[in-house]
Amino acid sequence: MNRYPVWKYVIILVALVVGGLYALPNFFGESPAVQVSSAKPTVKVDISTLSRVEEVLKTAGIAADLVTLENASIKVRLGTTDEQLKAKDAIQKALVPDVANPGYVVALNLLARSPAWLRAMHAAPMYLGLDLRGGVHFMLQVDMQAALTKRAESLAGDVRTSMREKNIRHSGISRNGQTIEVLFRDVPTLSAAKAVFQDQFPDLQTVDAPSGTEFKLTAAIKPEAARRIQDQALKQNITTLHNRINELGVAEPVIQQQGLDRIVVQLPGVQDTAKAKDILGRTATLEVRMVDESTEARAAELGTGVVPFGSERYPERNGQAVIVKKQVILTGENLTDAQPGFDSQTQEPTVNLNLDAKGTRIFRDITRENVGKRMAILLFEKGKGEVVTAPVIRTEIGGGRVQISGRMTTVEANDTALLLRAGSLAAPMEIIEETTIGPSLGAENIAKGFNSVTWGFLAVALFMCAYYALFGVFSSIALAFNLLLLVAVLSMLQATLTLPGMAAMALVLGMAIDSNVLINERIREELRNGASAQAAIHTGYDRAWATIFDSNITTLIAGMALLAFGSGPVRGFAVVHCLGIMTSMFSGVFFSRGLVNIWYGRKNRLKTVSIGTVWRPDGGTDLKSE
Amino acid sequence: MEFFRIRRDIPFMRHALAFNLVSLLTFLAAVFFLFSRGLHLSVEFTGGTLLEVTYAQPADLAVVRNTVAKLGFVDVQVQNFGTARDVLIRLPAQKGVSSAQQSTQVMTALKATDASASMRRTEFVGPQVGDELAADGLKALAFVVIGIMVYLAVRFEWKFAVAAIIANLHDVIIILGFFAYFQWEFSLPVLAAVLAVLGYSVNESVVIFDRIRENFRRYRKMTTIEIINNAITSTISRTIITHGSTQMMVMSMLLFGGATLHYFALALTIGILFGIYSSVFVAAAIAMWLGIQREDLVKGGVTKKDVDPNDPNAGATV
Repeated sequence: MNRYPVWKYVIILVALVVGGLYALPNFFGESPAVQVSSAKPTVKVDISTLSRVEEVLKTAGIAADLVTLENASIKVRLGTTDEQLKAKDAIQKALVPDVANPGYVVALNLLARSPAWLRAMHAAPMYLGLDLRGGVHFMLQVDMQAALTKRAESLAGDVRTSMREKNIRHSGISRNGQTIEVLFRDVPTLSAAKAVFQDQFPDLQTVDAPSGTEFKLTAAIKPEAARRIQDQALKQNITTLHNRINELGVAEPVIQQQGLDRIVVQLPGVQDTAKAKDILGRTATLEVRMVDESTEARAAELGTGVVPFGSERYPERNGQAVIVKKQVILTGENLTDAQPGFDSQTQEPTVNLNLDAKGTRIFRDITRENVGKRMAILLFEKGKGEVVTAPVIRTEIGGGRVQISGRMTTVEANDTALLLRAGSLAAPMEIIEETTIGPSLGAENIAKGFNSVTWGFLAVALFMCAYYALFGVFSSIALAFNLLLLVAVLSMLQATLTLPGMAAMALVLGMAIDSNVLINERIREELRNGASAQAAIHTGYDRAWATIFDSNITTLIAGMALLAFGSGPVRGFAVVHCLGIMTSMFSGVFFSRGLVNIWYGRKNRLKTVSIGTVWRPDGGTDLKSE
Repeated sequence: MEFFRIRRDIPFMRHALAFNLVSLLTFLAAVFFLFSRGLHLSVEFTGGTLLEVTYAQPADLAVVRNTVAKLGFVDVQVQNFGTARDVLIRLPAQKGVSSAQQSTQVMTALKATDASASMRRTEFVGPQVGDELAADGLKALAFVVIGIMVYLAVRFEWKFAVAAIIANLHDVIIILGFFAYFQWEFSLPVLAAVLAVLGYSVNESVVIFDRIRENFRRYRKMTTIEIINNAITSTISRTIITHGSTQMMVMSMLLFGGATLHYFALALTIGILFGIYSSVFVAAAIAMWLGIQREDLVKGGVTKKDVDPNDPNAGATV
């Protein structure tokens, strides 16, 4: 009766093998490594970069353990930290000739030392949280109301332009908070305006009401449009942050949306918070200026003359110099959006810019006066300017919608649009949470968590073996299996392991033994009541299961609540807690039963079971373990 | 080995009233301290800045306090953290000041007085985050309470659900009472520990209730009180051993986990100790006051138990 069908053993074996394999990378430890990734959307890391890195290492005489291309970044694994620093310097020198304008991020990192076949299976060690590896964590709150106000402002400008184009006479357009108010003298103009709104401003919903002798049309951003605007603002801020963090040279930055209006930034290994904060909070500015096309300027562009007075030299992205006038026509504040697109006639890739009302007015005047000349769009970051694009003005541009086209591939159009958008933040952000963990503290925390788990485990296992004899040994093996499974699942999911997570691991082991105590006590009780050995084992497991299931479900409910409502450390705790409860049900009941079945299941004339003392209250002799 | 050589059922329920009175008094004391002293909430809840600084030699707290006070921060707390060389500095959230800069400022000042000072950890939490965390904590508590009650009501009977929740909420309040009385720091991990304890000690009640249900089916002649006594007596060894094992783990955390896990482990210890007490003496007694009877469980319970879809041994016969 205590026999498992073959398939149950197969399940156990499969779990053991898979669990073992995925837990394995954790035992190899990590090696110092250098990671090369792209710092700009235009720079791609591919096979050619890989061979370049290999060549650099060869000429520098550094023997790397491994050079791979993974997820658009090159990872070079080295034997010692000394070699790591040397390799970083060599690669940096070769790939990034201009430190002020880096094309690649060359960063120090740690790489798992697991062999190639394990990596091919995507088996990686557990992902350690910041509190275990050191680094900086920021939570930023995006001011969504400001994003909406900004949008309403630009829409108000657009409305003004349309009213003028359609010759609709109004007696005032104003922005009131996030709504746009337009006043009209009579009903016919009001309805004409309403038609325009319906036609040209699908994002706005209008309400009209008489206001004194006039009629007031109040336009508000539709909720779904507002959601879209907020979403875009958040995405744009994330893109901007990505670009900026690239400069910090962090190997694996995490930049994630959290909730509707928050961004979490985690920079493992970064210690200099002041610099990180500076870079996160920096504002890039965008400027539109005219290109100086005088003969002196032409000469200066080619490098044969001096830059004329009143002009400046800025590099274009391909490195070519452009001489632009110092006078600023427009700034990024007037640019509301930049999107890649296609020309409706030529099907050429384009970049489409949207300007606000003030920008539109200035742009119309400038373009009217300068047809045939070039204008430059510059991006300034850290006081350093770069010409994003310098197109020729073909005609006067009035509507505030600017199209840049010609000599562009789709990728270039995308990149330009991204740069124009990413130059500035869509909405202001504020740091609402910040944590810095020193590297020594991280290593200490790992040791603390590890020691807690190890000593706790040993104490429990020893006690179980002493108290329940052979069944205690089975329980301890099951507990070890539980730990293995938990580590394997955490490695597979790449869930973040934190110090509270390690505490949860210890706690879950303490709770998991509950199942085995229940079972063992139940078997003892059956033996005490005079059941035969085999029957006692069977009934013990059988009866205990219902209780184990019930009690684990209640614990799981608590774990789920923590997972649903917790954040930060609580979440780290809850993930491990929930996973641990589930693995414990498998190992504590199914797996330990398998062990017992292998050991005792085939013995037909089993007289005694090694489960420690089974004491009888009726004064009879105690049944000692065998 | 056998620790529990119990010859006949221990009449736990004979003293139920006394035990419940003790519980009530502890509970009231905990509530009293919670209100009179309040919880010493960590930076995560209150908002503010926290710095952990380590020195080469034991730090002079007075000097540190002075240095920080000179920067013009009010209401600064300076204390040792773990060892004499580690110092924890807490700055309250200040309106209008870009608090993200506070940590840098303080570190510079500390380094100026003693060059061996090095930053180990800083934390800054804006006030809006703190309020949210407190709200989320309460939501989680509500979720756990409702979830467990619904589960127990479906699986057993509403009287058990009510009894288990009262018994275990009483544990939670007592843990909080301890934290209030000793003014231990109540942080996010402690909150996690408290909720984990809630789930864990309900375990305990579930095991006893399970036995009560089984006994109702098995011993038709016994009175309710006898049945409860027997259920508790026959599970007491398991209760003590399980809790002992869990406590061993928690002990190991308390010893090796360092200062970060200290209060977490402490909350668990109190929770485990009171968890035993409340499951054994309080939960069953409340269920008894609520008037559980054989009919409550045996009717619906039999069919439900026999076809438990999650039972790998379903349908097996001995």
